[in-house]
Amino acid sequence: MLQDKDRIFTNLYGLHDSGLKGARSRGSWDGTKAILAKGRDGIINEIKASGLRGRGGAGFPTGLKWSFMPKQVGPRPHYLIVNADESEPGTCKDREIMRHDPHLLIEGCLIAGFAMGANAGYIYVRGEFVRERERLQAAIDEAYEAKLIGKDNIHGWDFDLYVHHGAGAYICGEETALLESLEGKKGMPRLKPPFPANVGLYGCPSTVNNVESIAVAPDIMRRGAAWFSSIGRPNNTGTKLFCISGHVNKPCNVEEAMSIPLRELVEKHAGGVRGGWDNLLAVIPGGSSVRCLPAPLCNDLPMDFDSLVKLKSGLGTAAVIVMDKSTDIVRAIARIAYFYRHESCGQCTPCREGTGWMWRVVSRMAEGRAQKREIDMLLEVSQQVEGHTICALGDAAAWPIQGLITHFRGEIERRIDEYAANPHSEPVAVAAE
Amino acid sequence: MTKLIVDGTEIDVPPEYTLLQACEAAGVEIPRFCFHERLSIAGNCRMCLVELKGSPKPVASCAWGVRDCRPGPNGEPPVINTKSPMVKKAREGVMEFLLINHPLDCPICDQGGECDLQDQAMAYGVDTSRFKENKRAVEDKYLGALVRTSMNRCIQCTRCVRFCTEVAGVPELGAIGRGEDMEITTYLEGALTSELQGNVVDLCPVGALTSKPYQFTARPWELAKTETVDVMDAVGSAIRVDSRGREVLRILPRVNEAVNEEWISDKTRHVVDGLRVQRLDQPYVRVDGKLKPASWGEAFAAVAARLKASSKGRIGAIAGDLASVEEMFALKELMAKLGSVNFDCRQDGMAVDPAQGRASYLFNATIAGIEKADAILIIGANPRKEAAVLNARIRKRWRASPIAIGLIGEKVDLTYPARHLGAGPETLADLVAGKLDFSKILQDAKAPLIIVGSGALARHDGAAIAALAAKAAQTFGAVADGWNGYCVLHTAASRVGGLDIGFVPGQGGLKAAEMAAAGTLDILFSLGADEVDVGKGTCVVYIGTHGDRGAHRADVILPGAAYTEKSGLYVNTEGRVQMGRRATFPPGDAREDWAILRALSEAVGTKLPYDSLAALRTAVFKAHPHLQRLGEVEPADAAAIARLAKTGGTPEKGPFYAAVHDFYLTNPIARASAVMAECSALAAGAATATAAE
Repeated sequence: MLQDKDRIFTNLYGLHDSGLKGARSRGSWDGTKAILAKGRDGIINEIKASGLRGRGGAGFPTGLKWSFMPKQVGPRPHYLIVNADESEPGTCKDREIMRHDPHLLIEGCLIAGFAMGANAGYIYVRGEFVRERERLQAAIDEAYEAKLIGKDNIHGWDFDLYVHHGAGAYICGEETALLESLEGKKGMPRLKPPFPANVGLYGCPSTVNNVESIAVAPDIMRRGAAWFSSIGRPNNTGTKLFCISGHVNKPCNVEEAMSIPLRELVEKHAGGVRGGWDNLLAVIPGGSSVRCLPAPLCNDLPMDFDSLVKLKSGLGTAAVIVMDKSTDIVRAIARIAYFYRHESCGQCTPCREGTGWMWRVVSRMAEGRAQKREIDMLLEVSQQVEGHTICALGDAAAWPIQGLITHFRGEIERRIDEYAANPHSEPVAVAAE
Repeated sequence: MTKLIVDGTEIDVPPEYTLLQACEAAGVEIPRFCFHERLSIAGNCRMCLVELKGSPKPVASCAWGVRDCRPGPNGEPPVINTKSPMVKKAREGVMEFLLINHPLDCPICDQGGECDLQDQAMAYGVDTSRFKENKRAVEDKYLGALVRTSMNRCIQCTRCVRFCTEVAGVPELGAIGRGEDMEITTYLEGALTSELQGNVVDLCPVGALTSKPYQFTARPWELAKTETVDVMDAVGSAIRVDSRGREVLRILPRVNEAVNEEWISDKTRHVVDGLRVQRLDQPYVRVDGKLKPASWGEAFAAVAARLKASSKGRIGAIAGDLASVEEMFALKELMAKLGSVNFDCRQDGMAVDPAQGRASYLFNATIAGIEKADAILIIGANPRKEAAVLNARIRKRWRASPIAIGLIGEKVDLTYPARHLGAGPETLADLVAGKLDFSKILQDAKAPLIIVGSGALARHDGAAIAALAAKAAQTFGAVADGWNGYCVLHTAASRVGGLDIGFVPGQGGLKAAEMAAAGTLDILFSLGADEVDVGKGTCVVYIGTHGDRGAHRADVILPGAAYTEKSGLYVNTEGRVQMGRRATFPPGDAREDWAILRALSEAVGTKLPYDSLAALRTAVFKAHPHLQRLGEVEPADAAAIARLAKTGGTPEKGPFYAAVHDFYLTNPIARASAVMAECSALAAGAATATAAE
């Protein structure tokens, strides 16, 4: 269990002052100038050494990502973009950072911006986050006033930070769709390559990072990469915000060490599963887009990137959705399928057509109004969507379905049998049709 | 050059190629829907997925560059598989997704038989459907008079959206809604206003956008296809005329990189119904003020009687905008035999003269050459209306890298930003004198292009303006080694051909306007000249196709053949010689124009020495050898520009007015077309709606 001294988000619950004064008392903006003095390479190497992996879902090493930015700033300016379009169902960590610890993010932006040669940063805030945006803007105004950021600030690196309020589309959390949206266009993902580090916002080198990835950067720089990498397991280091929701006694956000066992996480912080651990049916460990895991796999499960990938699931945003045995798992996945159908941007074929198809079939299965052979068909359709799309939304839509079929095929079959066994007012289809 | 291995064959392609191009270079066919060579890459249909060794997922070959491929661990060239099980599976999957919500209405779909989705479903799809849900229904959209929609069939490839935004420059189409609910539409279902909108029908890979005037008319396999050229403007777009029996049913573009790429204007495409109605299908003679049907013999006798009563100096001929070179040549010879020097092919009075050299009336830079220009000055022209396809080429140049474009004349929307410098010759004079900022831009340009339109030249001070424009070309270095940027933009398909064969008044001859004036002539031969008003007293012999202005004024009507009904040479505004071919036969008693002239010559006792079109053509080629080099532009001697500049003269004050007032109604065929009339009304209506807002 993470000790209090190792916590980065010390005001996660908003118990203290979120303003500049309070943030300073918790250590923010302490020695920032000295951090910048380490130089671009110094910062990037430190972040690389810390083993920080992107907190937005994919888990790409953050330091490596920063190093992709061109070494010299050419005629095109560099941009830092912070992805605060937190829309993954089950995830609610970035909003807490923006509400209660905004200065961690702002300081992180300055450091990250400096490390990639960017004099401007944009924070793309999800449309529904109105209060969060206000808090964040207030904090940025404070930082400007205190000359912590902006032109001729005390840190010697001109850095302007802008908050952009999105319009509430899930797809705008995809990095290139976010760039499109930021440019004022329709939020549709771009083709990659070229990657944003080469051709990003307004065609300029850009890096898009999650709020949490940026917000932990100052503390890593202050306390050193060795401290950060000492927490968790190799390749899965540091602390992580977990969002525990669903059928637990006390749903909560908590900062914990990476690789903490799932059971410990749920029982220590969330008051345990409703009705006891034995009442657990399944867990979605990383936000709605990853494959669910049935209870037997959850008993001794370290919550980190590698061990979850081994189970063909993923840590994602570390949004743990706990479902007890009262859950209608097929309906739950059908609801998730509906979400992806609703949020598909419609640009490329497999996702546009496939998400709707999968939703319709899985909703029928939730009622039992299906054929058993359709289970395999559904699995195949999900595999035809996966990996064939422009962005990862196709994968995200396919994985929950695949998880359902892998782990709960019996449940679907049982339901189909039940439906077939009961008399229905609908006439039976006859051969003459 | 980069080495690649495509399906086991090693090829060497430039690094800027995409994988799709590389595969094509290797002779491998890649299916696609959204990709189009002349539009930006969207990469959204996912049909072109190929396997790139080392990549866990298949990649979209249309969007993946050869330079984005990484070599193998030991420097082996990247390996691409297009026939692997992974690719086959991916294609089947995408095809299935495209088809699940596509209606099974091929039997009643106009695209049937020429549908990309049909063809590729045969080649890459599976034979059964697993989709048991209800298909999506999408409301059809109104897009104006030319494009019919059936949006259930749309596969959201966005080719139409990209065409309107990029090529046509009128960003009216777009997609609304997300995911499954994404729909292509115009804003509030307004009609499209582009002059090139018909091309979206060709681009649509399915039957979502089809041609409204052609709907439910024919199947592609019933049609005889004739490759010919267009005469609706002076661009000479390559077209294919599809006909069934005696009727032309539709006109489609052909690829001609030098002229129209693969676009044609709506007038070119949809003038078809004009070829069927208002046709002159038998000779008429005016008796007691009324046109009475007559036989060919009676009509010729009437002409011969009038000719006998006329003196040499009081005989004249005017060639219209749609005449081919051969018939103008025959008419010129006939006039020579009748001893007259009064003939003119410039019915609008445009001040161009072959005596000043061929370069003085050609679009010297050529249409493809527009892409080399680095500054453009447009004088008294509205290329969007006068030559819509050529305007798209200017836009293409501007999109490649924005260049300065100046406009002197009416302030119009050309689909690209053009700086409006002024309205008339004074501005042009100031520009030449270096008084405007734009003078410096032109001065600094390496390949300036100066487009002079008939709005500037078809004034009675046109010669002085031409001289001034030529002076501008000289001043700004538009005429240099290997570059001649002095470009005359004609509006009539017959014009350059007529000038090339010298169909202009001889020594002391009368010009078109003088011939048309009352009292100057006894008899006037009008070869489809519908844009001049002939004064009272002159006997007009009209050889033409439609019951239009010319026919109404005529005293004798000799029914001729429209451009789809005869073989003929046309020279476009660049000076490119092209041959039109016959797709159908003229209606009723109508005959090909050269044959009418030949028969007439015999009836009036001055027989022309050719009995076949081939013989006539031989005579044309003998007199003007450059006309036999079909498809080519004979470069004109640029010294003519310098001579033209020296002619001087003082232009009058007063703004340039556009030569084309209504894009849709510029010639007798278009004026006969109900579709063109509807488009014209729509365009006019749209204008009032805007004003009232």
